Amino acid sequence: MNVPSPLVRDLIDAIGEEAVVWHDDDLLVYEYDGTIDRGNPDVIALPANTDDVVNLIKIANKHDAPVTPRGAGTGLSGGALAARGGVIIGMNRMRRILNIDPENKTALVQPGVVNLDLGSEAERHGLAYAPDPSSQRACTIGGNVAENAGGPHTLAWGTTTNHVLALELVTADGEVQWIGHDTRDEPGYDLVGCVVGSEGTVGIVTQALVRLVPRPTAVRTMLAIYDSVRQASNAVSAVVASGIVPAALEMIDKMTIAAVEPVLNTGFPLDAEAVLLVEVDGPESQVEAEGARVEGILNRFEPREVRSATDPEEREHLWAGRKGAIGALGQIMPNYYLLDGVVPRTQLPDVLDGVYEIAERYRLPVANMFHAGDGNLHPCLLFDEREPGATERVLDAGGEIMRLCVDAGGAITGEHGVGLEKRDYLPWIFTEADMDAMKSLRAAFGPTENFNPCKIFPKGHGCGEAGHQHAQQQIARFGPKAFV
Amino acid sequence: MSIAPSPPDSDTIWLTEDRPDAGELGLCVHCGFCLNACPTYLDLGVETDSPRGRIALMRGLDDGRIEWSPRVQQHFDQCLQCRACETACPSKVPYGRLMESTRAEAFAQDKWPRRQRILWRLIMHGLFPYPRRMRLAGYGLKFYQRTGLQALVRRTGLLGKVAPKLADIDSLSPVADKPFYANNEASRIAPATPVRARASLITGCMMPLAYPETHRATVRVFTRNGIAVDAPEAQVCCGALHAHGGDVEAARDLARRNIDAITPESSHLPDAILINAAGCGSHLKEYGHLLRNNAAYAKRAEVFAARVRDVHEYLVEIGFAAPEGRIERTVTYQDSCHLSHAQNVRSAPRDVLRSIPGLTLSEMRKPDKCCGSAGIYSVVQSDISKRVLAEKMEDVLSTGAEQVCTANPGCMLQLDAGIARFDDDGRMMPRSTHAIELLDESYRLGDAAGND
Repeated sequence: MNVPSPLVRDLIDAIGEEAVVWHDDDLLVYEYDGTIDRGNPDVIALPANTDDVVNLIKIANKHDAPVTPRGAGTGLSGGALAARGGVIIGMNRMRRILNIDPENKTALVQPGVVNLDLGSEAERHGLAYAPDPSSQRACTIGGNVAENAGGPHTLAWGTTTNHVLALELVTADGEVQWIGHDTRDEPGYDLVGCVVGSEGTVGIVTQALVRLVPRPTAVRTMLAIYDSVRQASNAVSAVVASGIVPAALEMIDKMTIAAVEPVLNTGFPLDAEAVLLVEVDGPESQVEAEGARVEGILNRFEPREVRSATDPEEREHLWAGRKGAIGALGQIMPNYYLLDGVVPRTQLPDVLDGVYEIAERYRLPVANMFHAGDGNLHPCLLFDEREPGATERVLDAGGEIMRLCVDAGGAITGEHGVGLEKRDYLPWIFTEADMDAMKSLRAAFGPTENFNPCKIFPKGHGCGEAGHQHAQQQIARFGPKAFV
Repeated sequence: MSIAPSPPDSDTIWLTEDRPDAGELGLCVHCGFCLNACPTYLDLGVETDSPRGRIALMRGLDDGRIEWSPRVQQHFDQCLQCRACETACPSKVPYGRLMESTRAEAFAQDKWPRRQRILWRLIMHGLFPYPRRMRLAGYGLKFYQRTGLQALVRRTGLLGKVAPKLADIDSLSPVADKPFYANNEASRIAPATPVRARASLITGCMMPLAYPETHRATVRVFTRNGIAVDAPEAQVCCGALHAHGGDVEAARDLARRNIDAITPESSHLPDAILINAAGCGSHLKEYGHLLRNNAAYAKRAEVFAARVRDVHEYLVEIGFAAPEGRIERTVTYQDSCHLSHAQNVRSAPRDVLRSIPGLTLSEMRKPDKCCGSAGIYSVVQSDISKRVLAEKMEDVLSTGAEQVCTANPGCMLQLDAGIARFDDDGRMMPRSTHAIELLDESYRLGDAAGND
C-alpha cells in the first residue's frame, strides 16, 4: 500500500505522520508477538496521551475498523496481534512513571512503562513491584494488566490483579473512565478485577495505579538438583504441603538446561533430569528458619545436591538461567511453541509424564521450565517451521497437552491469556452459558465487538478463518465437553 | 492470521559473500527482550527501529516479501550498532554481525544517496587510512582553534544557520593537542625491568589527534607494569568505521595492512596487541571473521585477533600494580558499547577505577546505554544522536560526578560535547577522561609523594 487509505489519513490528521505506521514493508514488523501466530494490521497508531487514544478509537469506530491494543509485543498468546486487520494502537510511547508514593506504597504509571523500569524506580524507595514475568526487561505494565501477567515471584505475592488498585480506561466508544480506588477495597463491584486479564477486549488502559511492596531484607535462593522429574515434582508438592509459601518455586528440566547452560553458564549440571529453584525471603530470622526447613524437605527426595545462594550476584546468576530460558531455546531449534497450562500441584508428576509421552509421540523435543509452586506448566515444543508439516504437528501436540491439563482438573492458561492461540479450547472448561455470561460482561463496557476481536472466545464474526484449524480438529476429536 | 510462510526458493536479493546469514537470522524468535535495550526504539518509539524489527526487515528482504526501499534502508541506517540488544538477547543472535552484513550489501548495491557516497569516499578512503593526512587535518583544526576562529564561529552561531551539519561537526571536534607520533614517542619511554611481556599498541586514527595523552598514559602505565610497549609505524586506521558502514573491502585492505605492520611474518609475535579504543578493539577481534575467505591472511588474521586485548582487560589479566597517589574526585563510568556489549568487558574498567585511592565511582542508572556517538553516527544521524546524548547527560549529571570516564575516543568526544551543552552550572570537568589516564595520574602522584 503506497497511498494512504481514508482511515490512515484521518489517523495522521489526528496525531501526526510521525505517530502513524502504514507502509506495507513497515507493517511487516508488527505482524508477530512472542509466539508463532501472525496477524496483519492495516495501520499502527502510536498515541502520546489519553486524548490521542480517545481520538484514535473514535476514528477507528468511524471507519468500522477493528482496534488491537499493543504494548511491547512480547505476549505469548497472540493477544497483541491484529487478527482481523484494522488499527493497532501501540502504547509504547506512553512510558512515563507519573508518581511514586513511598508512604502509601503506590505508583501511578502510564501503560507503556516497562515492568523492570518500574521495579528499578521502586527499588530506589526500598520497594518492589511484585509481578515479574520472564519478559520483564521489555514487557509493559499495560500488557501485564491486559493479560493478568504472573511470574516466578507471584507464588507468594499473587499475579497482576492483586497489585492493581485503579485504572484509567478508554472504553470502546471513546469515553475516559477511572475505575477502582486508591484504597484496597472499594464498595460495589470489583471493576478493576474485570478489566485486569480482559486481554484488551473491553478498552485501553491509559493509566494504572499499582501497589508496591516492601523489599525483603533477606533472600535465600536454593538450587536443588534431582536425577528424576518425579523426585523433583514430589519435592515441590512436599514444600507446598508444609505450609511454607516460598517467594518462588521453579522447575527446570534437562532439555532446558541443555539450552541455557552453554549460553548463560548458570552452573546447572547438564546431566541432571530436573533442577528446582526455590527462593525464600523476608526478615533475616524468618529466612533462616524457613530456608532450613525447605532445605530439609528438598533433601528428603534424594537430591544429588542442594546449593544455596545468598549474595545478589550469585542469585541473579541463577535467575538468569530461568528468565533467559525461553530465548535460549533458539540454540536447539529455531522455533518454539510455548504452552501455558495449570494443573493441581498433586497432579504435577503424572501430567509431566504425560507431556513427555505426547512430545515423544509427535517426535518433538520438549523443554519444561515452569512455576511448579502454583502448578503452572510451560511445556515448550521445539521445531523448525521450515520443515514441512512441523507446525501442524506442534499445534496438534499442543492441543493434546492442553487437553491433558484440563482432564487433570486444570485449565488452559495460567498467565499468558487465552488470546488467539487458545480460544478454541475455551469450551473445554466453560459451557455455552458461561461464555454468554462473559460476553454480557464484555458488552457492559460498551460496543466492544471491534475491540481486539477474535480473542478469548471461540470463532466469532469474521474470525472463522483466523482460528487454528488444527485446534478445531482437536475439538472434533475430544468434543467440547464442558466441565466447570 | 496465518503461520509464517516459508521462504520461496526464488532468486536472492543478496549479491555478495558478506550477506546476512540465513541461519543467524533464524535464531531470532522475536521474543522482544531487546526492545527496551535499544536506544533508537526508545527514542523513535517504533518497532521498525528496534533490533527485532530490523531483523524482521532483513528476513523480509531475504524471503523476498518486501522491496529494499529507501524507507527500509533508513531503518538500517538509523541503527547505532551499539549492540545493547546482544546483551539483552537470550538467543544470542549476533545482531552486530547481521547489521554489518546488511550494510555491506547496501554498500555493494549502492543503496546510499549519491552525495553520501562521494563524501564517504573522500573522507573514509582519502583521509582516515593516512596517519600523515590525519595529522595535517589536526594541525588545521589547531589553527582554527588557536586563532580564535572557532570561538567566534560558536559565539555567533552563524554556522548552525548556514550549514547545520558543519556546526554539528564543529561541536564534536576535539581540542587539538600535540598529536601522538607512533613509535617515536612510544620508544622514548624506557620499559621498567624486568620485562614481563611485549605488547604492540594500536594507535588508531582518532586517538593520536583527539586524545594523545591517553596514548602517552597507556605507554607509561604498561611500562611501569613491566610490559614493553611499541607502536609500529606502518600501522593504519583499524577499519572499524569502514566495516560498520558496510565498506568491507576497504576494511579488509586496512586489516591486511595492520596484520603486516603489527605481526610481520619475519618477526616474533607480540604477547598482546593493545588497544585503548573500544570500537577499534571489538573490530580488531573480528579480523579473523573479516578475512576468513582470504587464503593468504585467514590464519594470520585469527592469530592476530586472538592476541588483541583492550587495555583494561589486559591490566587485570597481568595484575597491575596498585596505584598510591590520591585523586579526590567523584567520577562516573560510561560503558562504551563496543567494550561492554561487543567485548563483554564491564568489570575491568571499574576495577581499575576502584583501585585509585580517594576516587569515588558513582554509577549511572544506565551506564551501558549508548551515548549516541557510535562512530560517525553523531554526524550522519545528528538529530537522533543529540536526543540520545541529552538522555545520557541527564543520567550523567544525576550521579553528581565531577568527571565522566569512558573507554573510546568517539564516546569521549560525544560526552565532551554533552558537557558543554548540558552542564549549565559547570559542575563537571569540561573534558571526559579514560580510566588509564586516571590510573597514570595516580601512579605519578604516588611517585611524587614518594620523592618528597
